[in-house]
Amino acid sequence: MRSETLTPQRAGAAAAAFSVVAALAAVLGFLLIQGWPALSAGLGELPSHAENMWQLAGPLVFGSVLVAAIAMLFALPVALGTALYLVFYAPKRVATVLGGALDLLAAVPSVVYGLWGIMVLAPALAGPYAWLNENLGWIPFFAGEASATGRTALTAALVLAVMVLPLTASVIRSALALVPEASIEGAYALGATRWETIKLAALPFARRSIVAGSMLGLGRALGETMAVAMVLSPTPFLIGIKLLTSENPNTVAAYLAQTFPESHGIETSALIALGLALFAITCAVNSLARWITREKTK
Amino acid sequence: MNELEIKDLNAYYGDFLAVSQVNMDIPDKSITAFIGPSGCGKSTLLRTLNRMHEAVPGGRITGEVALEGQDLYGSGVDPVGVRRKVGMVFQKANPFPSMSIYENVIAGVRLRNKRISRKDADELVERSLRQANLWDEVHDRLQTPGGALSGGQQQRLCIARAVAVEPKVILLDEPCSALDPVSTLAIEQLLLELKERYTVVIVTHNMQQAARVSDQTAFFHADAEAWAELTRLEATLGDKSLPQGTRPPGRLVEYAPTDELFNNPRNKATADYLSGRFG
Amino acid sequence: MTQLDNQLAIPELQLDVPVVHEDQSVLKAQSRALIKDKVIAALFALAAVAIAIPLISLLWTVVSRGLARIDAEFFTSSMKGVVGAGGGALHAIVGTLEITGLTLLVSVPIGIAAAVFLTEYAAPGSRFASCVRFLVDVMTGIPSIVAGLFAYSLFSLVLGPAYRSGIAAALALSLLMLPVVIRSTEEVLLLVPHDLREAGWALGAEKHTVIWKVVLPAALPGVISGVLNGVARIIGETAPLLLVSGFADAMNYNPLEGRMASLPVYIYTQWQMKGLDAQAYDDRAWSAALVLIAVVAVLALAARLAPRLLKGKK
Repeated sequence: MRSETLTPQRAGAAAAAFSVVAALAAVLGFLLIQGWPALSAGLGELPSHAENMWQLAGPLVFGSVLVAAIAMLFALPVALGTALYLVFYAPKRVATVLGGALDLLAAVPSVVYGLWGIMVLAPALAGPYAWLNENLGWIPFFAGEASATGRTALTAALVLAVMVLPLTASVIRSALALVPEASIEGAYALGATRWETIKLAALPFARRSIVAGSMLGLGRALGETMAVAMVLSPTPFLIGIKLLTSENPNTVAAYLAQTFPESHGIETSALIALGLALFAITCAVNSLARWITREKTK
Repeated sequence: MNELEIKDLNAYYGDFLAVSQVNMDIPDKSITAFIGPSGCGKSTLLRTLNRMHEAVPGGRITGEVALEGQDLYGSGVDPVGVRRKVGMVFQKANPFPSMSIYENVIAGVRLRNKRISRKDADELVERSLRQANLWDEVHDRLQTPGGALSGGQQQRLCIARAVAVEPKVILLDEPCSALDPVSTLAIEQLLLELKERYTVVIVTHNMQQAARVSDQTAFFHADAEAWAELTRLEATLGDKSLPQGTRPPGRLVEYAPTDELFNNPRNKATADYLSGRFG
Repeated sequence: MTQLDNQLAIPELQLDVPVVHEDQSVLKAQSRALIKDKVIAALFALAAVAIAIPLISLLWTVVSRGLARIDAEFFTSSMKGVVGAGGGALHAIVGTLEITGLTLLVSVPIGIAAAVFLTEYAAPGSRFASCVRFLVDVMTGIPSIVAGLFAYSLFSLVLGPAYRSGIAAALALSLLMLPVVIRSTEEVLLLVPHDLREAGWALGAEKHTVIWKVVLPAALPGVISGVLNGVARIIGETAPLLLVSGFADAMNYNPLEGRMASLPVYIYTQWQMKGLDAQAYDDRAWSAALVLIAVVAVLALAARLAPRLLKGKK
């Protein structure tokens, strides 16, 4: 109505909406300004005595992607199973309790996950890791010397898996809840079992959301900081896929949290440049997820 | 005296012409009913009379609507001011859920940021509720939420809310379509009382209702055949003012005193509609 | 992944049940399908149960170990001059309250106003509005540590690299909170029936008055619930605070200057900078974790109950 008239109230609301644009531009702008000096930094000025930004960033990005990908490998099947169970199998009461449990998992602060990961999960997994290493050591992921403390890339990935599970599950769950009742009844009417119905009517319908939910989970896992910073025992500049050893690649976010408080000058600038890279990566992953779901709604 | 004068009115939604070329005068202190099959544009026309039509995205008109001789669509006329003079009651009763009965009645005053003393407010609430024949039923629970009333009471609360701002005209858009017969009767009784003070225009899909309450009736119809003929004719004449190939717009077919229109319809379409042959 | 892809790629199912004769093979196929159905149902239930394991383990640990220091001293003293046992988290609790309050002060008005713009003012199909919606999505995905780096970059540019303060932390958290407020508010505003707005306009009210006195009151319970959920999310954020408000042992009431402790960072530093009496530090970390989780749980519960309570009152 009268969208042409410009009242002060309308202008104020528009300014508030514009603040979103301004805020993101500011994030980009300030990170660029403060991160710029590091890109041209000379020898011996960068943190961890890196020779250049690539040597610093490469292994960290690799570590972030590795840990996040393994986390999703665990989280996705469980999230999918949980979502399917919630929507198609669970009695109403069980569904309520389970939904509450997912909300709780989502609400636990990451520093508490970190505390739990390092003090409970890691020690508990040291034994199984030794067993895996002994019996399945021929698989490259399980090779090397098993960590005695359990502070490995695999533990970090497991903690991340628990953390991102609620997000992925809720995306898939809301998509499944939208499956048209008619097509479900149609499948049942054909004499299909419950599983056949899901396969026929629900999964194809929710396929895009399953992918999008995984991407959003991945984005969250890539940016997650404290839990990884506390659990993982990192080795500088390492690129490797041995998941059970005490020598692990670090992640960008965890490295930032560990190094930043003690940094100054060009080091700080380098860390900000790393943050910019992390921002770009997570933005790309999240945008892709949104794009996938947007396409569907069109 | 004519309260409202509608001249050459076309109402659009974006490019779609919903109501075409309406000319009619609505007399003061009387009840005018708009009837016709659904999609005939009667509600759209009603909403142009207090510029609520513009609240719909793309809603616009050409032509003129004059209230007491003053064009409501003239340049510099604020639609908000228009709605203060021409009140409206909707199809579905819509009391404000976060407000009590009392607050609902004085909502029009409060929403205009006018100050009103407690005493004046009390008086206004009682007067308006009495005018809406609701006072006796709710005077002992004015602080309860308006949403707790029955459907018919809610609709009368909406009427009280509309009369509380002392408009000149009250528009009602199928106010009884969601009500039971008893509540409908109560509203119809109320309308007859309201016309002593206000000019009332009511859209109804119920012909009997129009016959029972209105002084004059306007029959609207979106006649596909006539429309096709007209567009063909105007196309051959080279007139491009009418959009081609869309749904036919609603037109005013016949407008007459209610007795006359019901007993002696002059137009065949009116007669067909009244005898239940379509609609 | 590949196994999943296979499942997804099957467009039609094998309803391998011809309806000709009920001979032995048909019955066998039917019962095979039923068994398969049961097994798969059990697998899904197992996935659902699997999420309970970490949750129970985590909650049990936090409660059982956290109770150690739930005492008067913990809530009444800071860590000033404390080495080893004793001390408390009052300075961190106060810091968290101040930082969260400042965050709300920034993000709630802007967030609600932005949501009002998107639902009430923007023309349908407006480019600007859909651009803002997309950027809100992008903002939702900003890693919290990046928000911290942003606040650091901004403040250090003006006030020097050593500047640490509660207000910088509030800026970082506002960046995380803003999209939550906008989204949840937009959702509830869309649920407010359109005829209420029309009723307001028909009474001759200005558009902004209708928004202020009709639409927002109707949406209020939902807005509050969205804000509480947002607070529950950001109150546990650690990484950005670690960067910009840092850690402190003593009370600092002034959010404009100086390092300011907060509960999440307190948990991290107690664990990370253990002194000789490691047990005392761990106990404090777990107790702070218990307090933090309790606060988050209360906020989440309040978010759920808020709509019902607020509606029941009227």
